[in-house]
Amino acid sequence: MASLWSNLRFRGLLYQVLVVGAVVALGGWLVHNTLVNLAARGIATGLGFLGREAGFDISESVIAFSPSDTYARALLVGLLNTLVVSGLGIVSATVLGTLIGVARLSGNWLVGRLSTVYIESIRNVPLLLQLFVWYGVVTSLPVARLALHPLPGVFLSNRGLVIPGLDWSQGWLPILDIPHLAGFNFVGGLTLSPEFAALLAGLTVYTAAFIAEIVRAGILAVPKGQTEAALSLGLSRGQILRLVILPQALRVIVPPLTSQYLNIAKNSPLAIAIGYPDLVAVSNTAINQTGQAVEGVALVMVVFLGISLALSALMNWYNKRVALVTR
Amino acid sequence: MGRLHMLAAAVAGALLAGPALAGATFDAVKAKGFIQCGVNLGLYGFSAPDDKGNWSGLDVDVCRAVAAAVFGDASKVKFTPLSAQQRLPALQSGEVDLLARNTTWTLTRDTANGLDFTTPDYYDGQGFMVAKKLGVRSAKDLNGATVCVLPGTTTEQNLADYFRANKMSFKPVVIEKNEELNSAFFSGRCDALSSDASQLAGIRAGQAANPDDWMILPELISKEPLSPAVRQGDPQWTDVVRWSQYAMVYAEEKGLTSASVDAALKSPDPDVQRLLGVTAGNGKALGVDEKWAYAIIKQVGSYGESFERNVGKGSRLKLERGLNALYTHGGLMYAMPPR
Repeated sequence: MASLWSNLRFRGLLYQVLVVGAVVALGGWLVHNTLVNLAARGIATGLGFLGREAGFDISESVIAFSPSDTYARALLVGLLNTLVVSGLGIVSATVLGTLIGVARLSGNWLVGRLSTVYIESIRNVPLLLQLFVWYGVVTSLPVARLALHPLPGVFLSNRGLVIPGLDWSQGWLPILDIPHLAGFNFVGGLTLSPEFAALLAGLTVYTAAFIAEIVRAGILAVPKGQTEAALSLGLSRGQILRLVILPQALRVIVPPLTSQYLNIAKNSPLAIAIGYPDLVAVSNTAINQTGQAVEGVALVMVVFLGISLALSALMNWYNKRVALVTR
Repeated sequence: MGRLHMLAAAVAGALLAGPALAGATFDAVKAKGFIQCGVNLGLYGFSAPDDKGNWSGLDVDVCRAVAAAVFGDASKVKFTPLSAQQRLPALQSGEVDLLARNTTWTLTRDTANGLDFTTPDYYDGQGFMVAKKLGVRSAKDLNGATVCVLPGTTTEQNLADYFRANKMSFKPVVIEKNEELNSAFFSGRCDALSSDASQLAGIRAGQAANPDDWMILPELISKEPLSPAVRQGDPQWTDVVRWSQYAMVYAEEKGLTSASVDAALKSPDPDVQRLLGVTAGNGKALGVDEKWAYAIIKQVGSYGESFERNVGKGSRLKLERGLNALYTHGGLMYAMPPR
């Protein structure tokens, strides 16, 4: 026995088994205690509510939704809205951030200073405040009846940006669907809602400031000798950036960039402050109508964990691809 | 993000709390010496703090009445301002003892959510507010409108039900914070704002730049009996809250006010004698002092006084008694007999 105890391998294994056992037991006790207490207080439990009729409407949705659909579908609508705004936010923040990061290194004094001012002012103001500002800006646009009308079929008002769309419902050939004002709102065409626009603008502008710094750090991490060598080979400035600097800079850029992408997804629930129906906003309503906060919050947590892990996995795969291959 | 904190607290509370015991709330309140009362974040006429931090309102008066009944002192209340989402978890997890926050009494909340409602302190209904210049005179004219609405209430569902029932369409704009929602509405983001009619009157009186530019449409699309609520599992506590409310209504039925209650101690009316504890018995049955109802009427007043002071003629809201008049005047306010 004593010899077994002095065996390092065995002791290490024993500690690990004990720790895992304790964690599992604690988790099991928490779940059990929750169920007992919810039952004792007469609060309904379980995921049965997902199949019931939601009974509320959602202002914008990628898929068809009406109040007679289920809670599960309402939550799916919320999830898709979260994915849309996060996905577009990631693309636009990357483009804007890269431009500003490169601009900050520019030899042009004005461009460089402007980028510095942008980065320092934007990243030091809380995102929630910026969202309120953006939402204030878009809702101060003219009312629908006095909408700005720069091009035929294009209207800009505090109901959003309305542009002509294609109507596929009439058979094979799409019909141009030109919006017009009928009653309270514009009918037809595609609408970019003020809530969506404000959230996307807020997420993009805020995150781009961080991405710009990451890009700048990545470019500066490439030794100066690389540029000089490329210059002596007769490459142009653009070619140097594209062929020499960026491929090496990406190795430094990708890992911190992943964190920023995760931040966009995790900041998107601030949507609730300005009325964009993302997953958290929809689940909030569902929680209130059903009173099942534990299940609702757990569902949102699991979904956000899923989004984050998927995004991480994708970025890790990309990171491996661009990583330096040592021979 | 107070809402998330509260949800986290509710979840943690459910995870960690021990089993609730019968009578636990009443005993705990007596032991700590004050009532923790959940109220609205700030709804003029129902619960709102003034510039010195003193809370007043119709809902606040219920908290004060219960404090007067339990401690003989209407000031023994601490207020927890709660958003619409926070209120149910706050009550369920034991963070507040009593929820007096314009909460609609519904079957789901009464059953699946583990609450007990005492008795309505205001009979309300959901309505619409629009700009007068919009030219809309009826809710039936709102087809295709964009409607601003607060989340976390029965409001969203009522709205969808009404438009479905009338084969009309609408677009909801759902914003969690009152101030953001109201400013979006007043800036013209929405054609209509939908909430309980009493709240709309409060928002118009308190936040519109020119209250006369806005009108509340005549249709009420839902029944909203606003009632204080307590946790299930302590019948004594439920009784104390419920009878404190009845005492205020009964006082109005008997014509008692905070000014006249001292003289009424000598009233020959046996009902008044029982109510005021001149004839003992009611206090013992409830487990409080025999002077419980006297303390309520003396310190808080009758229901009629509370109504006029907070939301009626004596206030900025200028609401009619309507459904909230005594049953003898065609309303629904009817106290069970305290005998």
